[in-house]
Amino acid sequence: MHIGRGGMSAILDVRDLRVTFRVGSITQRRDILGVAGVSFEVNPGETFALVGESGSGKTTLARAVNGLQEISSGSVTFEGNRIDTLDTRSMKPVRRRMSMMFQDPVGSLSPRMKVGDLVTEPFRIHGVADVNLREETRRLLSLVGLPADFAERYPHQLSGGQARRVGVARAVALNPAMIIADEPTAGLDVSVQGEVLNLLNDLRERMGLAMVIITHNLHVVHHVADRMAVMYLGRFVETGDTEEIFQAPAHPYTAALLSANPEPDPDKAHDRIMLPAEVPSLLARPPGCEFHTRCPWAQSKCSTEPPAIVERDERRIACHFPLDPGARPPEQKGAA
Amino acid sequence: MTVLTIKDLNVTFSTEGGDLRALRDVSFEVPERRIVGIVGESGCGKSTLINAILGLLADNGRIDGGSILFEGQELTALSAPKMRDLRGQRISTVFQDPMGALNPVLSVGRQMQNIQYRSGLSRAEKDARSVDMLRLVRIPDPEHAWARYPHEFSGGMKQRIAIAMALMMEPALLIADEPTTALDATLEVATIELLQDLQQQIGCSVLFISHHLGVIAELCDDVVVMYAGEVVERGTTRQVFNTPRHPYSIRLLECDPARQAERTRNLPTIPGEIPDLRRRPQGCIFANRCDRKVAACDELPPDVAVGDGQVARCILAEAV
Repeated sequence: MHIGRGGMSAILDVRDLRVTFRVGSITQRRDILGVAGVSFEVNPGETFALVGESGSGKTTLARAVNGLQEISSGSVTFEGNRIDTLDTRSMKPVRRRMSMMFQDPVGSLSPRMKVGDLVTEPFRIHGVADVNLREETRRLLSLVGLPADFAERYPHQLSGGQARRVGVARAVALNPAMIIADEPTAGLDVSVQGEVLNLLNDLRERMGLAMVIITHNLHVVHHVADRMAVMYLGRFVETGDTEEIFQAPAHPYTAALLSANPEPDPDKAHDRIMLPAEVPSLLARPPGCEFHTRCPWAQSKCSTEPPAIVERDERRIACHFPLDPGARPPEQKGAA
Repeated sequence: MTVLTIKDLNVTFSTEGGDLRALRDVSFEVPERRIVGIVGESGCGKSTLINAILGLLADNGRIDGGSILFEGQELTALSAPKMRDLRGQRISTVFQDPMGALNPVLSVGRQMQNIQYRSGLSRAEKDARSVDMLRLVRIPDPEHAWARYPHEFSGGMKQRIAIAMALMMEPALLIADEPTTALDATLEVATIELLQDLQQQIGCSVLFISHHLGVIAELCDDVVVMYAGEVVERGTTRQVFNTPRHPYSIRLLECDPARQAERTRNLPTIPGEIPDLRRRPQGCIFANRCDRKVAACDELPPDVAVGDGQVARCILAEAV
């Protein structure tokens, strides 16, 4: 499958998106870049994963795409139309096509509404009158694998996994073309996590949905995502096919992330790329390549010149010296 | 010598829908200088367990049976002032969100001064100790970091500062509740190594709560597996990960996507749901989801010793 750059086929096309936050007191106003120029596209039916630590800008990016966060520059094109210029009212029909699953599934459900009302709330919000809500409730609950009598329950009567199913039902209620799922499995044990991911994947196939999944669980990414992007300080350092990135990460940060990933095997010997643990602050972005302060491969050029995006087949890498497959650090710097 | 011995601990919450048995006959030990991991999904009773140890159960919760023995003292019978003396001194905690543990309007150094109020040291001595502690958790330039405010540090550094504060008074037991969940894999691994180093240096024991099986496997000496308010299995990390005996542990480990070498869109799961703890089923807590269930599972299962300290709450544990 060819991924056209800004192509006709993409359902979502994000170009050089920036989000700025104003911080400090009245006398010391400063702007910090939460998302610092990010470009990517998502194809119909595709699962795209955003990986990166807390604070790297994943959620801000998702909110900016969905119009919940003001952007300072760049463009967001969804189903062929620019949506970053729309006001709240014009954004409403777009949100029927692009739904959001927020973090904290129980917190995003009103504690005073029953599940039946929660799953049909999208119809009321969007003024969809020509449906039988009772039938829709039944249809949606069965779609996400919950018994029909759950319609009478309140959110506090749900387990973590069930609450997420309700979140999924709400997200797919209006037949969207794309879902953005922010940490859809955080806090779940691995068995329930599997159920939620299988459900999302099943719906993706049945409804032809595109999906953006935000997570920092690399094992999850490996199994569910067609393509992935790795975020660091609000930028994408590497974007490409998931399987290819897992086999041969080309950006040093990706390589370190993948080598660090803890495995559930107490006897496993680790061959890790250890990084110094000092992550720079967004208030003081390092000059040059922003990863050079932690990069074992950094050379002098890296501390002065920001890297251009290198394209290798379908891969985009923000690095002066992208790694060859299996590359090891020149000398292991002191472990952090 | 064990630092913490929990024996047949029961905790019940009064709720509108009736009494909820949040912990049932929980027993395990935290030996001296060991790192004990607790695994289990949200709602399995991990937080209740910590709060019971710390004497911080919500008003509608009560300990109705069992004992929590910490350094020879029975905590369930301890007065509130005596319990307060223990917290932060002999038992300290690190939580998932370091920002919740740090006061945003005080400098890190001031907060580190404050938590030494019982030490009897002079201010200069307290400050010197704070700087040492920051150095120990590898905060760069600790003399200056000391005067800075929490928001000036990254998430990983804030967590290390929270760890420094928790270890300041050299507690016998550090309780770490999902301390690496918000960090990326590189920082997660760095934090694990730091905890291991500090635990060796300070000689404390650690009770480490996580649902990340990889982190538990890497960090912990022993593992306690919890399910729906019960300890279903415990043993050394090798025992539990290599030869799990309780069907829940077995299934849980199988479900970890990290164990699926082949990429799959169809991840293994454990069908069924956790029972409602207000109407606890009669027999084994896992029976309704267990693929090995037999008639005898309708009776409460005993804790079965399966050799060398490994214990599983399953009548079939020896056969599994």
